[in-house]
Amino acid sequence: MAFLEFKNVRIAGIAAGVPKNTISNYTLKQGIDISSDYTPEAFVETTGVKERRCSDTLCTSDLCYAAAEKLIAELNWDKSEIEALVFVSQTADYFLPATACILQDRLRLSKECYAEDVALGCSGWVYGLSNVASLVSTGAIKKALLLAGDAKKRAQMKRDPLFGDAGTATAIEYAPGNAGFRFHFGTDGSGYDAIIAPDGGSRNQVTVDSFALNDFGGKMMHRLQTHMKGMDVFSFGITTAPKSVKKLGDRFGFDYLDYDYFIFHQANMKMNNQIVKKLKLDTEKVPSCMYQFGNTSSASIPLTIVSQLKGKFENKPTKIICCGFGVGLSWGTVAFETNSIIIPTLVEVLDEEADKDHVI
Amino acid sequence: MKTLEEFVALFAEQFDDTDASEITAATEFKDLDEWSSLIALSIIAMADEEFDVALKGADVRDASTVEDLYKVICGKM
Repeated sequence: MAFLEFKNVRIAGIAAGVPKNTISNYTLKQGIDISSDYTPEAFVETTGVKERRCSDTLCTSDLCYAAAEKLIAELNWDKSEIEALVFVSQTADYFLPATACILQDRLRLSKECYAEDVALGCSGWVYGLSNVASLVSTGAIKKALLLAGDAKKRAQMKRDPLFGDAGTATAIEYAPGNAGFRFHFGTDGSGYDAIIAPDGGSRNQVTVDSFALNDFGGKMMHRLQTHMKGMDVFSFGITTAPKSVKKLGDRFGFDYLDYDYFIFHQANMKMNNQIVKKLKLDTEKVPSCMYQFGNTSSASIPLTIVSQLKGKFENKPTKIICCGFGVGLSWGTVAFETNSIIIPTLVEVLDEEADKDHVI
Repeated sequence: MKTLEEFVALFAEQFDDTDASEITAATEFKDLDEWSSLIALSIIAMADEEFDVALKGADVRDASTVEDLYKVICGKM
């Protein structure tokens, strides 16, 4: 059973960056952007996504960078004290090197810095948090950044109106005496093809044929695009997420219903409603930002905290459970308490702010 | 264990505009006017809640009648 606990560590702050450019889903074109079976109004009602943020210029690292700069400034952290940076994304700047290395330089962090990429999606923020918490909980490293999100893809493709771009920054620091984090993790690689970009890795190298459009469930897609088996993912989400939350409570001996907020990854409103119903949660305790930003992959949990909870919990004792689940298939749940946390206002990033120094 | 009749009734509940009397064990459900990917998700959620069975997309695609799907669920219990 993959349960973990790290004490003496806490989240000092969370920030999120999104492109300034907003796209409304009420102007989607039937038969082009969405299936001809749906009107734009029906699409919005069904998915819950009214609008989303998209840029054809900004990479995930640009959004994470903007969020990190704002967060470091508001925390008044000395950059020379930040000794670890974990970047969680499936839209890295380059195949090589790891984007975490580029961000170390762009953020002007010390060269005495542990930096790594984690290639996970919707479960990624929870996994990344466990990596960073494990590094910081001994006090050997006292301040660290977790940068997570997804944005511009690695090939030109038609935008899926369910998804939006976002990059987040979570600041984690050594805090002796703090109860820290309790985690549950799980993986089911038999579902590897439930969400998959088939070409471009070494199993199926990129060829001219990778760009040929084929019919996939009624949509024309090329093989560098992400192919999703919606029903399989739905079935996985509604069964796995509630079980993981329950297991965490059982393992560590708490009643999850005593928690103040439940932040789930948001992929589809129907799936999230079903999860809330199964766990018998009060919907007021389950904030969502999907209507505003779409599915933002590993950014969804911190983006929900920034966009929906800012002003509501920063300076009072608050118990939070977060659960991410998706591509892998992979899932993770974390429980923690905050009583003093910095949440900067949402950072809106302009295309001109893209990295110009690490471009070849 | 719920009977086939109970499953048919639960199946029919997932539709808004289709009268329950139109749905029987032998109904080829993908031919119904109201059938959509969204109803499929409702059916998957119902199988999870009522039978504690996780249906996959292929299970729904490969079944043609309501009874076919009931058999798939029984096989997974």
